[in-house]
Amino acid sequence: MREEIIAAISTAQGQGGIGAIRVSGFGSIDLVDRIFHSRSGVLLKELSGYTARMGKIYDEKEELDEVVVLVYRNPHSYTGEDVVEIFCHGGLYVTKKILRLVFEKGARPANPGEFTKRAFLNGKIDLIKAESVMKIISATGKNAMRAAVAANDGVVSKKIEQVKDILVETLAQLSVWADYPDDDDFDVDYNSLKEKITDAREKLIFLINNYDAGKILINGVNTVIAGAPNVGKSTLMNTLAGVEKSIVTEIPGTTRDIVEETVSLGDVTLHISDTAGIHATEDPVESIGVKRAKNRLKEAELILFVVDGSRNLTNDEIEMINSLKENNLLIIVNKSDLPQRLDYSCFDVFSKAVIKISAKNVEGLDMLEQSILEMLGTTQIDPAEGILISERQFLTLKNATKALSEAIDAINSGLTLDAVTVSIDSALDELCVLTGEKASQKVVDEIFSKFCVGK
Amino acid sequence: MKFLVDKYDVAVIGAGHAGIEAALAAARLGCKTAIFTINMDAVGNCPCNPSIGGTAKGHLVREIDALGGEMGKTADECFLQSRMLNKGKGPAVHSLRVQIDREKYKNVMKYKLEKQKNLDLRQAEIVDLKRNEKNFWELTTRLNAVYEAKTVVIATGTYLSSRIFVGEVSYKSGPDGIFPASFLREALKKLGLRLRRFKTGTPARILRSSIDFSKLEVQFGDEKIIPFSYENKNIGENKVCCYIGYTTAKTKEIILKNINRSPLFLGEINGVGPRYCPSIEDKFIRFADKERHQFFVEPCGLNTDEMYIQGMSSSLPEDVQIRFYRTLPGFEEALLMRPAYAIEYDCVDPIQMNSTLEFNALPGLFGAGQFNGSSGYEEAAAQGLIAGVNAALTVLNKPKLRLDRSISYIGTLIDDLVTKGVTDPYRMLTSRSEYRLVLRQDNADERLTPIGKKIGLISEKRWEDFLNKKFLKNQELKRIKNLIILPSKEVNDMLVSRETSAIKSGTRMIDLLKRPQINYECLAEIDKKRPKLDDEIFEQIEIEIKYKGYIKKQLSQILKMKKLEQKPLPKKINFSKIIGLRLEAVEKLNLVRPENISQASRISGVSPADISILLIWLSKNRRESLK
Repeated sequence: MREEIIAAISTAQGQGGIGAIRVSGFGSIDLVDRIFHSRSGVLLKELSGYTARMGKIYDEKEELDEVVVLVYRNPHSYTGEDVVEIFCHGGLYVTKKILRLVFEKGARPANPGEFTKRAFLNGKIDLIKAESVMKIISATGKNAMRAAVAANDGVVSKKIEQVKDILVETLAQLSVWADYPDDDDFDVDYNSLKEKITDAREKLIFLINNYDAGKILINGVNTVIAGAPNVGKSTLMNTLAGVEKSIVTEIPGTTRDIVEETVSLGDVTLHISDTAGIHATEDPVESIGVKRAKNRLKEAELILFVVDGSRNLTNDEIEMINSLKENNLLIIVNKSDLPQRLDYSCFDVFSKAVIKISAKNVEGLDMLEQSILEMLGTTQIDPAEGILISERQFLTLKNATKALSEAIDAINSGLTLDAVTVSIDSALDELCVLTGEKASQKVVDEIFSKFCVGK
Repeated sequence: MKFLVDKYDVAVIGAGHAGIEAALAAARLGCKTAIFTINMDAVGNCPCNPSIGGTAKGHLVREIDALGGEMGKTADECFLQSRMLNKGKGPAVHSLRVQIDREKYKNVMKYKLEKQKNLDLRQAEIVDLKRNEKNFWELTTRLNAVYEAKTVVIATGTYLSSRIFVGEVSYKSGPDGIFPASFLREALKKLGLRLRRFKTGTPARILRSSIDFSKLEVQFGDEKIIPFSYENKNIGENKVCCYIGYTTAKTKEIILKNINRSPLFLGEINGVGPRYCPSIEDKFIRFADKERHQFFVEPCGLNTDEMYIQGMSSSLPEDVQIRFYRTLPGFEEALLMRPAYAIEYDCVDPIQMNSTLEFNALPGLFGAGQFNGSSGYEEAAAQGLIAGVNAALTVLNKPKLRLDRSISYIGTLIDDLVTKGVTDPYRMLTSRSEYRLVLRQDNADERLTPIGKKIGLISEKRWEDFLNKKFLKNQELKRIKNLIILPSKEVNDMLVSRETSAIKSGTRMIDLLKRPQINYECLAEIDKKRPKLDDEIFEQIEIEIKYKGYIKKQLSQILKMKKLEQKPLPKKINFSKIIGLRLEAVEKLNLVRPENISQASRISGVSPADISILLIWLSKNRRESLK
């Protein structure tokens, strides 16, 4: 049996610059032929190995980038298989887009160290190097795992979890219905079953359309600056952004709506929203702002909670920090340029990182950056791996959606529920791939915890 | 004083459902075999429900039969009522279940053992098991008799150091008043086996004439009876019916009021009970919001009035039992002939075995059935068959039999046991098989009879019948592929009446059968030249046509799995020496000792990166050995 086609970005990722995508496996040359139009009109499959061509990558009609494509013929390539390397000019965003196109045409994201693994298995790497290959895979595997763990805390993963729960529950119910036929409590209603699957499917489609997977590592982190009025939230925002976006005044409650800014911090992009200071207000306009700020907090992946170092915490502030304890929360003591009156011991109960800065005088920002990166767990992550994690997530969502569509089709066409079950099974399997859970075990556990079955 | 009595190729300890299949298979393969039972009157006993089969379990029985085992045939001989469960829920979950005559089943099985060539049935409690200086297994009985055997299958069921609990009372005993095996445990510990304690339970048996059946709903058997065994065609009619009822508010009240007198709550039971088979007190506590629970009344045989009350197992004291059973509708005057009880027993941690059911560290020693941490007669018989076959193949110096997950429920069961281990008694469920549209009960013969033939458990006559059935099926498939049905009023009226679209041009019969609304039966009038074949052939063809897409998908998953299955890992391998494996993976791999990459990938805690490393390590070894 032939190995599947795999692809990944093979250059280290920075801002801008050239990005290379490596596609390997039987059929990889044909695959790239379907998206690449060479300037000379020649097809890649007509080329011999070690040949390069210039041309453009098209997604259907849309031109994505001007690229150089390099063809390797097996066994004369890194992996020993047919390999195509695409060098694009457009920086990270375009590179990612082309990678996704390659996946859509039938490749799958490479597993940690998979190119090297194939190189070894195809005899391209010396036996003596076997152990170093194993070490590389082990290291990239760990890296990927770290990235996966980081991604796991993300919004996408949490939403995927929700869909998984629906599917596990549905499968357990179907299984009990099939395995305990004499028990009349376990009847399955076709309509509610269809509703449930449709609901799960819609949730997945929403994720595909709105999140474009892997937000934390690639598309950035939803960050909210929060805190009481007039502690310097907007100043911090402006300092981080380097532009005056928020109106800074000394009147509490100046920021009534949400102001957004995108800031690059190391490898990570933060989408920062500056919110209205949260406090009780009678001003109708301001109260809308407060309400929006509270909603923003609910969706935030990172919260920078700003307090004023020149005074002690108010009860409102303590209560707020308390209510945000479960989130990724950094406490920022601003106004270190003023005489300090704040008693730091009041933070002990929260066990959260506390950073002292002066947003106004741009002091302590290095510490802040370091703490944010540490909190997001990205300091150790190779961003290329991060992209793969997000692409795997994306692919997973698409495959699971497809399987659920099949399940709905099966119900509609009047097929028996065992066929429907098999489709839901594969949807759940897809969603479990990322975390390495065993779907069937989850279902069996659910049966025994939720249903009263017995002889 | 010890005395040597005889020498055997295969010795089987225990003559329950696992032991019976093991002994028969070994003897039929030409090995000189002994089977030991503590009590000659307990051979093939069904200490719990008087039935064979059921969801997923019915699959196991058919697979046992397809391989040449005995359970299906004996169940056919002793059945009292038969039902194909889940009709209408889809072919993957069709399952056969029969009520059996418990006494008859025991007698038939015992007689089969007695009649079997190469097989000695002996009453003896085995108290010691060890390897002697000649490297044979040496079995010692309570009466100091010694037997030598090349291989041994342990199938002690619920007898190993078992203890019965009824309320505050507990005593050492096996099921049905038969004494337990009290000494073997020490011998097994000395061999280095890790044992654990599980528990299970059974409901009361109640006198038929003390029950008022007018208050219960009747459950009839099927009109058309399908045998378990592929060798049987007509096995007669239903002889009994079963009954269904519900517990009352009073039942709940009495049980909850006396819950503090249950041994589980008194903390006296240490064994882990099956999650899928809770006692009635467990049900009321764990599912507190449920006001009532369903129960079933099943006859234990034709020559007895004992009735089995499915769904009402308990370990509450007898006085409480008498009171709560009498709260059931129709049970106001119930006479409890045998009170319900819980039983705790020793079993082995099955990850110490490989997929042949042989212990990794103890060549020639096999385990099967409840001893391996499973539960159920059918699960036991399935393992017994495989353990017996492999014990025999070891003696005959032939390659052993390994059934993988893609070919059978038996393989799935064994893989789950030896790869994932068990935390509570393991019951087969259809949801445990990822390939269930392929592993159907209707095609067990197609999947396994060729394997049974190769091993030597299928007779020539049966093999011919099997090939003939296959031939007829292929002929019929060809016929419907070529048969064009022309649009006519008759045809289109029928199609429309079944809520499917009319045809405008000639359509192949196979394409009509693809439609979910259409089956062989409704095409009978149009398809007049149809050959007379067994219904099961038509049924199978219909399934394969209708579910083709799904079956194809599962087959491609199977192909993927098989690829990894064919990459064996060496038997003696220290995973800690492999560079790059994560610590957790090393620990799990050293414990489970997977036989191939596919099995390794199913171990929880082994990541895809670990699998890549194993693959590279394997390839490195291969290349080094080629040098």
